[in-house]
Amino acid sequence: MSRLFVFLVPVVVIAIFWAMARYESRRIHDPTRKSFFERNGTVLGIVFLLLVGFWTLFLVVLPYLYMVQESFHPKLPPMQRGGPEDFLTLEQYKSFFIQPTDGAVNDTHMWAFVFSIATSVLVTIINFAICYPLAYYMAQAGTTQKVRLLMLALIVPYWVNEILRAFALRLLMATKGLINQALLGIGLVDKPVDFLGLDIGLYVGLSYAYLLIMVFPLYNAIESLDKNQIEAARDLGAPWWRIHKDVVIPYAKPGIASGCTMVFMLSAGALAAPQFLGGPSTLWFTSIVYDFFFQAFNWPRGAAYAFILLAACIAFVMLMLRMFKVSLGETIR
Amino acid sequence: MSADVELDRVTIRFGNFTAVNSASLKIRNGEFFSFLGPSGCGKTTILRTVSGFLEPSEGTVRIGGQDMAGIGPNKRPTALIFQNLALFPLMTVADNITYGLRVRGMSREDRARRANELLSLIALPGQGGKLVSELSGGQKQRVAIARALAVEPQVLLLDEPLSALDLKLRQHMRNELRAIQNRVGITFIYITHDQGEALTMSDRIAVMNEGIIEQVGDGRTIYDQPDTAFVASFVGENNPFNGMIAQADDSWAVVETAFGRLRGRNPKKLKAGSNAILFVRPESLRLGPGEEATTIQTTVKNVAFEGNASHLFLKGATNKDITLTVGRQDTHSVPEEGSTTVISYDPQLGLVLPEGKLARE
Repeated sequence: MSRLFVFLVPVVVIAIFWAMARYESRRIHDPTRKSFFERNGTVLGIVFLLLVGFWTLFLVVLPYLYMVQESFHPKLPPMQRGGPEDFLTLEQYKSFFIQPTDGAVNDTHMWAFVFSIATSVLVTIINFAICYPLAYYMAQAGTTQKVRLLMLALIVPYWVNEILRAFALRLLMATKGLINQALLGIGLVDKPVDFLGLDIGLYVGLSYAYLLIMVFPLYNAIESLDKNQIEAARDLGAPWWRIHKDVVIPYAKPGIASGCTMVFMLSAGALAAPQFLGGPSTLWFTSIVYDFFFQAFNWPRGAAYAFILLAACIAFVMLMLRMFKVSLGETIR
Repeated sequence: MSADVELDRVTIRFGNFTAVNSASLKIRNGEFFSFLGPSGCGKTTILRTVSGFLEPSEGTVRIGGQDMAGIGPNKRPTALIFQNLALFPLMTVADNITYGLRVRGMSREDRARRANELLSLIALPGQGGKLVSELSGGQKQRVAIARALAVEPQVLLLDEPLSALDLKLRQHMRNELRAIQNRVGITFIYITHDQGEALTMSDRIAVMNEGIIEQVGDGRTIYDQPDTAFVASFVGENNPFNGMIAQADDSWAVVETAFGRLRGRNPKKLKAGSNAILFVRPESLRLGPGEEATTIQTTVKNVAFEGNASHLFLKGATNKDITLTVGRQDTHSVPEEGSTTVISYDPQLGLVLPEGKLARE
């Protein structure tokens, strides 16, 4: 029943949009305005419509709608699907808070959720702290040649695939890894530091993975700032940190918001780095989602968890945007 | 408070390129001083050196007698007005004006009071709450001036601030700038490639070309007694007649040119046999024959009527035309295009200078 809804919703939405477009064109009534097919030709027009329709419906709307409705169903073997046992329920969402088996508070999953969000915030802050000076240097201070070299140095490591990068970091940070051996060799520590167990490996891995995603929006934003503005502030007596606080950062705010949003979202949804670099007792929320899908074959509960994460992330980002007075439109400029 | 500015053999190099070559001059306390020259002559480089964004490769900059070496732009008693103004777009007019005071730690109330004072100085009272983008070009100009004046600089530096305005507004702002300077009484250093701006506003002008200061003097001196061929050809219109000096004494010289012998004043006391250029301004040329060695025979190529005057373009010795300007009273006597005509000048208004680089057209 409710699975029908997945296919019905897009049809209804399209019908509403079509009606709105008709109403709009009748209301404005501009005789010189050409219709979509007159502008593009019949054949090309149909091709456009089909391609865009296929993309939005089959690649974007339907899969998500299917997951949404799945999350409101109980977990059932294929035989019983559509049977009397198959009804709409909030049970999967409830299971995030209360264990369905024993009715106890599901603190393992909730803690993993809070930990993932908090770590993602931390990673975003670390990334911003690293990338802002870098982007400022590339956009305003560096010579063309040095900037090119730096850009290359930033991009080339990303040719290496994620798994290899994660394991390389693991080797570096392991108890008997290079860093620990160096520290022991110098005599800074007398027993190896457990970087992975302390989740330092996780922070480093996640920060490193999304460095570029932070650098480029910042670079784009700062690059278009008129150098004279910086010089004007300096000429008026501002020390360097005030120039950044009063002139550069307010100007680059949309870029900062865009970079931070993407890093936060990607980091909260990361899978590989937390699995390979997290400590043995570290439970990452997406790993739980992954396990529901592929270990427990509990798609409804996995979907419900994934949507909880999505909703929380969106809410958090919106809150941050509101706090820093940036509109959503600005971040995608 | 106001201060004098002294450049002492200042040389500024960028790699192998010498932007300013051993410039020495003293700008007096409270003076309106202009650097005039074509683009790329080094005038902006000098300004950036005075403001502290550049350090001279050699030589010393002194402001109020104090050596400025190693003192950054945020620590100098100067304020700079940028060519594109560089107002802060995200701040209100009042915040822009008082930014320099804010970084100095002035309290909010004092800043608000100062903003109102400055807004009335620039005739924009009550507009402090607006955003910069809501102002017109001339208003932005005035805000930039107020922002620079707010920090009470001893020297105000202006980098072609009027170049973005249209003609009428530009002329209006010239008077306004001059009036503001009279009111605040501090030293103004003004950079421009527009001789009209330099001549109308400045107490003194330095004419620059290719990193060298060619001449320093008041507007009248620069216009009537140019020191070099470059100054003569860059400031105002001028007709050059190249040639070799045939006869010369301490006050006069006769140059053998393509139009025959022509006479002019000889302030540089050039000797017979040296290469020279005789300059006669378009408004100094007149129609009809004159005394000996001041008469030129040529053909009229075309006539341009400009309302208050007419310009005659006459066939010159090279492919550059001779220009003759006829005032409104004489326009009835303008010869037809293509006709042969005789023109002459008062030898007092002919000027013989040593051969040198001319300003590019």
